[in-house]
Amino acid sequence: MEISLTVNGDTQSADVEPRTLLVHFLRDQLGLTGTNIGCDTSSCGACTILVDGQSAKSCNLLAVQADGAEITTIEGLAGADGLHPMQQAFHESHALQCGYCTPGMVMASISLVEEYPNLDADGVREGLEGNLCRCTGYQNIVKAVLSVKK
Amino acid sequence: MTVTDNPTGGIIGQARLRKEDPALLTGEAKFMDDLVLPGALWVHCVRSPHAHATIDNIDTSAALATEGVEAVYTGADLAEDWAGPLPCAWPVTEDMKSPEYWPVAQGKACHVGDIVAVVVASSRYASVDGAEGVVVDYSTLPAVISIEDAESDQVVIHEALGTNVSYEWPLIPNPEGVEAAFAEAAHHITETYVHQRLIPAPMEPRGVAAVPSPHNGDMTLYSSTQIPHILKVMAALTAGIPEHKMRVIAPAVGGGFGCKLGVYAEEIICLALALRHGVPVRWTEGRTEAATATIQGRAQRQTIELAADENGKLLAVRATLLADMGAYLQLITPGVPLLGAFLFHGLYDVPLYSFTCKSVFTNLTPTEAYRGAGRPEATYAIERAMDVLALAIGVGPDEIRSLNFIPTEKFPYDSPAGLVFDSGDYQPALDRAKELINWDARRAEQAERQAAGAKTHLGLGISTYVEMCGLAPSRVLASLNYGAGGWESATVRILPTCKIQVVTGATPHGQGHETAWSMIVADRLGVDPDDVEVLHSDTAISPLGLDTYGSRSLSVGGTAIWMATERVVEKASQIAAHMLEANAEDLELANGVFNVKGTPGAEVPLAEVAFAAFTAHDLPEGLEPNLQAEVTWDPPNFTFPFGAHIALVEIDEETGEVEVIDYAAVDDCGNQINPMIVEGQVHGGIVQGIGQALWEEAIYDEDGQCRSTNLGDYLVPSAAETIDMKLDHTVTPSPTNPLGVKGIGEAGTIASTPAVMNAVVDALRHLGVTEMAMPASPMRVRRSIENAQGGAA
Repeated sequence: MEISLTVNGDTQSADVEPRTLLVHFLRDQLGLTGTNIGCDTSSCGACTILVDGQSAKSCNLLAVQADGAEITTIEGLAGADGLHPMQQAFHESHALQCGYCTPGMVMASISLVEEYPNLDADGVREGLEGNLCRCTGYQNIVKAVLSVKK
Repeated sequence: MTVTDNPTGGIIGQARLRKEDPALLTGEAKFMDDLVLPGALWVHCVRSPHAHATIDNIDTSAALATEGVEAVYTGADLAEDWAGPLPCAWPVTEDMKSPEYWPVAQGKACHVGDIVAVVVASSRYASVDGAEGVVVDYSTLPAVISIEDAESDQVVIHEALGTNVSYEWPLIPNPEGVEAAFAEAAHHITETYVHQRLIPAPMEPRGVAAVPSPHNGDMTLYSSTQIPHILKVMAALTAGIPEHKMRVIAPAVGGGFGCKLGVYAEEIICLALALRHGVPVRWTEGRTEAATATIQGRAQRQTIELAADENGKLLAVRATLLADMGAYLQLITPGVPLLGAFLFHGLYDVPLYSFTCKSVFTNLTPTEAYRGAGRPEATYAIERAMDVLALAIGVGPDEIRSLNFIPTEKFPYDSPAGLVFDSGDYQPALDRAKELINWDARRAEQAERQAAGAKTHLGLGISTYVEMCGLAPSRVLASLNYGAGGWESATVRILPTCKIQVVTGATPHGQGHETAWSMIVADRLGVDPDDVEVLHSDTAISPLGLDTYGSRSLSVGGTAIWMATERVVEKASQIAAHMLEANAEDLELANGVFNVKGTPGAEVPLAEVAFAAFTAHDLPEGLEPNLQAEVTWDPPNFTFPFGAHIALVEIDEETGEVEVIDYAAVDDCGNQINPMIVEGQVHGGIVQGIGQALWEEAIYDEDGQCRSTNLGDYLVPSAAETIDMKLDHTVTPSPTNPLGVKGIGEAGTIASTPAVMNAVVDALRHLGVTEMAMPASPMRVRRSIENAQGGAA
């Protein structure tokens, strides 16, 4: 099936098998491998991207469902002026270790702060429940997200 | 050996942000599945759905007819492709029994997830389509699930072995003394604990690609592995590829926690198929697949006995283990219980010691190292049992520990198990942890709630710990029958423009080695850490190494780097002396400049020395050009980090839900290179250990089916269940390496599980609950309360 969508500001048209998962389309067809796959049951959140500004697990969508959508992946955040504030906050708070959950965690955090600007630590923790990290114990992730909120 | 108390040019000890981060934060980092390999074929593994079954027939015709499928292979098809079975490098006893473990099963499958056929296809999706078409006829056999059933030998899994018992391993330096101590002791505590099977679950599942060069015979193996160097040797032997033609690369690795230090079937399968097909062959593990295809951790039943005098002073400790190896022996499966064998007396001064382990095969996924590997198990047993002893004596859990701590003046301490603990000062850590958790006030609050008949109960749990890490002195490993050494290699090279290359055999997968190693070198040379590049994880760039596990990277690999830097400085100072017409002994290197001590102005920057070493136009007579040094460091001893953790839990009696509401950890890993990284390791470790205590369990039914194969059923902690922890540290440098460092990668996991479980029991003790199995799930807590109250609660 033909689909057309905007990914990180660029218009993309492609022919995809109807069963293609959005995450596989982004990774295998567009070469945007920053979005990682950590599970096959939409439990871990590693593949979180923004679809029309809202966080979504890209393993849980078909590419064809994204027809016409505006997608932002981790590759679309940093520009000539450096890292996105959320990326910078993760760096400064030591909120990543192996970094595999990080792209999804950053995207989910951006969406969370956008949607709920006044969250406290508990709110951040609840809001990131769908994104698993095995390395950090979350303490520094929460710290990073709260630092962006302020 | 002289320990530098403060080995610092001002950089070591800084909370310096990580240089690894930008690539990981932007998607630039390339993990295994990110690699673009033109023309690669994809492998999908057809796995046994049965725990124990003969493979009667495999019909591949439908699979072969599937679009995109190139080939399908069964175990019989590939039987001639292996040079040997999958290796176990740790035959712990001379008569250890080990079944042949083939990458693709032949004749029968021995656990759910055992590979019975592989499909090779032109795309990821086509490989899965093809696997759908593979029809396997099985005849199921009775499955051995529990270690008790395994020990009984009523069903023998590997007929050729004649038994399910792989080995028995005793460590009893003075059997008569132990018997006498227990016979005469005022108190004899006997406790039995079970460590459930855990699924390591690094966020990146495993992945492999084998890239052949059919005409010149080269083979490059990419793998999401902790051990590219060890894998190179083992895979060469197993796949029959000459070692010098093998190159192994670990790309960015998304966590390991021990489960990526094996030599796995899929690695050897990809190598064999790359040889057959002459093109790259790759495989990416799915999460559900990983539940039974990747090793699991822990899985042992332990009985611990304490003999103590009337005051609670320990006289002897005896531990008896029954450990679950799973269906086969992976690379170091049998050795994992032995890594705890020396530590069942914890950090307590005990004259007499006895340890015995019997290990058995079951029809479950093989076990192997999981964060802490043996040491969390040992610490759990002694720390839980110490609480029981405290009750028997009628003193607090803090008091029983203080009474028995190895006195500071006894270090280096000859342990009853035969180790020498390098350094320790245990009481300050416990004191500080009590302060952080506000011990007295919390105890008072707990008593108030109990007096008021509250339905939410507070519990305080202590776990102190010492662990042995920094694997390891090669001679000690030899005495344990381990099939390799424990050294680590480093090269430090100053380039012509005074940028620095460090080559390390340690292989990071989240630990921040690039940052920490840069700091060590920059500290000594007086250069910017950003001018230091750390090369690793590729056997063509870093040909010598023994990789990353057992909290060894800093104390072994970091020490090698420090020593190589020293050697480079020695050589550079000879060139500088030549340039300054001075004696090398009169020079010192500070802030990147050599100067003649006591002679202001007589100086030459390291950068000029580096360039002079490169041009080699005017070097001292007999000195080789270039500035580089290689060191292989074999440590004289393990290091023995220690600490004290205290958990405060709140339990809702009605729902049985346990919440950790406060947590204090005081750890001592000797000198710290980067305290920010240390804290991160402790945070993650604690949460992983709490996961075992409260949520995580690989649940199997009586047929050997895993019921927790995805992250909805296998409860890796999320941000919502976890809290901010209170951390502090003490610093007791290790005398066994010049940096005075110990390890910190596993400490959190070692301490937090018993701290939380002691807290859970402490919260419910007044209701009559005396013991709790892991994980302390709401259902288990409710049942324990009901049982304690005669079913009336």
